[in-house]
Amino acid sequence: MYDFSKMTGAIHEWLSSLMPSVLVTTVEWILIGVVFLALFAILGLVLVILERRIAGFFQFRLGPNRVGPQGMFQTVADTVKLLLKELVSTDKVDKFLYNVAPFFVIIAPLMIMAVIPYGLGLTAYDINIGLFFVMAISSIGVIGILLAGWSSNNKYSLIGAMRSGAVIISYELSMGLSSLLAIVLLAGSLNLNDIVMSQEAGWWLFRGHIPAVIAFIIYIITGTAETNRVPFDLTEAESELGAGFHAEYSGIKFAFFFLSEFVNMFIIAALAATIFLGGWLPIHIPGWEGFNNIMDYIPGPIWFFLKTGAIIFLLMWFRWTFPRLRIDQILTLEWKYLLPISLLNLVLMAFVVMMGWVF
Amino acid sequence: MNAIINYFSEVINGGITLLKGMGITGKHFVRAPKEIITQQYPDNRDTLTFGDRFRAQLFMEHNEENQNRCDACQTCETVCPNGSIEVVWHREADPETGKKKKVLDKYVYHLGMCTFCNLCVLACPTEAIKMNKEFETAVYDRSELTKVLNKPGSKFSQDYVDKTIGNK
Ligand code: SF4
Ligand code: SF4
Repeated sequence: MYDFSKMTGAIHEWLSSLMPSVLVTTVEWILIGVVFLALFAILGLVLVILERRIAGFFQFRLGPNRVGPQGMFQTVADTVKLLLKELVSTDKVDKFLYNVAPFFVIIAPLMIMAVIPYGLGLTAYDINIGLFFVMAISSIGVIGILLAGWSSNNKYSLIGAMRSGAVIISYELSMGLSSLLAIVLLAGSLNLNDIVMSQEAGWWLFRGHIPAVIAFIIYIITGTAETNRVPFDLTEAESELGAGFHAEYSGIKFAFFFLSEFVNMFIIAALAATIFLGGWLPIHIPGWEGFNNIMDYIPGPIWFFLKTGAIIFLLMWFRWTFPRLRIDQILTLEWKYLLPISLLNLVLMAFVVMMGWVF
Repeated sequence: MNAIINYFSEVINGGITLLKGMGITGKHFVRAPKEIITQQYPDNRDTLTFGDRFRAQLFMEHNEENQNRCDACQTCETVCPNGSIEVVWHREADPETGKKKKVLDKYVYHLGMCTFCNLCVLACPTEAIKMNKEFETAVYDRSELTKVLNKPGSKFSQDYVDKTIGNK
């Protein structure tokens, strides 16, 4: 396994030989910022076109296929269009909050991206409370949505934002409590890198038996709800609310909301890959030495993005299969089903760990 | 106890139905690249296929001798909910019987007001008008949407009517 900390260490030493240490830190901050912003933009572009093509296939159509080979540059064209569009806002919006809301929405996923391990030694901000940090920061996004709905001075926006608040606050419970805590029990650490390393002998999804599978299912459901994707998209609910909380936004501000939805989906998938599917660790099948050695040659980031991609495909599959739930159905699902089951599951997991029934 | 069993069986049933749904869409996804049902217009302008019931715009059938089947009875004009049809006619003595009959001057069709409900086609007693598949109807000026459907110089022919309707 190639250790990326060698590469980052070399860059650090090279910079230190050029300038004083204060400047080195600043330059490194800027570098990391640029890398993450680029990753953010690329993720947005790629995920949007992927989603549209895959949606097409689910419905027996081709999807966008005109701009560039296989329609690959469709989203680039869309981005240019969104950048050039006029920013329209109504007279009675709360100007300050209205303008600040898109940034809240976009900052949350950006901050979470910093703690995700993309490969061995490839984490921007490796802290020992990684998972806790993720849970805490992911709630900032909902502030952005609430602000957007409130400041738009539009009742449909407000309804959408309130629904979003209700959904995210309640689903965060079973997400943090059950699924993530269950794996923390297994791994014995909140640090995402430690969680990845603890899966060297096999993914937690398989080693943790039934409770891990239940935790995984609950995590995927709550993750879909957290990102406001179909079937939990009642915040946008085109048919009832127009576009929900971002109805009054246009141009690049709308693009921020749109992008953040897709990057949030990436983060949910990346966390699922890290926690349940072994993150950047290659696939190993016990007993197949040759196979395992070949797998080791594929670099970690590629494994990471493959696993994340698989989860993203699963989320897209959900989107094009299930119909939207009503708000009361969503809350029933959370409070009457997911939460009790996840609490039970946590107890079960604790019991499994205590008895050492993990292989 | 029953309540608990119900609760879990509900959860499991729910899961199974969700999986069933995903199975169906999953099958679609696998089959899709080969079985695209949309058409790639305008690439395939020459090979476009239409459904049987596709209705693009109204036209009046003529035969080779420039005859039509419209006897200017105005049923279509009456039946049209939008007033898209105007039948302009005058009375003329029939050369054989000497009876006065309506003769069609102009059959005016306002494409811009038509909702393609097909009522006029169904109502016409002589099946003089039909819907065709020419759907590229965009024009640069609204006035071009008003069309005269009977060809210049065309005449009503009872023989033509008998032949067409008699066949059915
Ligand atoms: S199709 Fe309907 S709307 Fe159009 S001309 Fe006929 S009756 Fe009128
Ligand atoms: S088109 Fe048919 S219904 Fe209309 S005036 Fe002519 S014969 Fe009568």
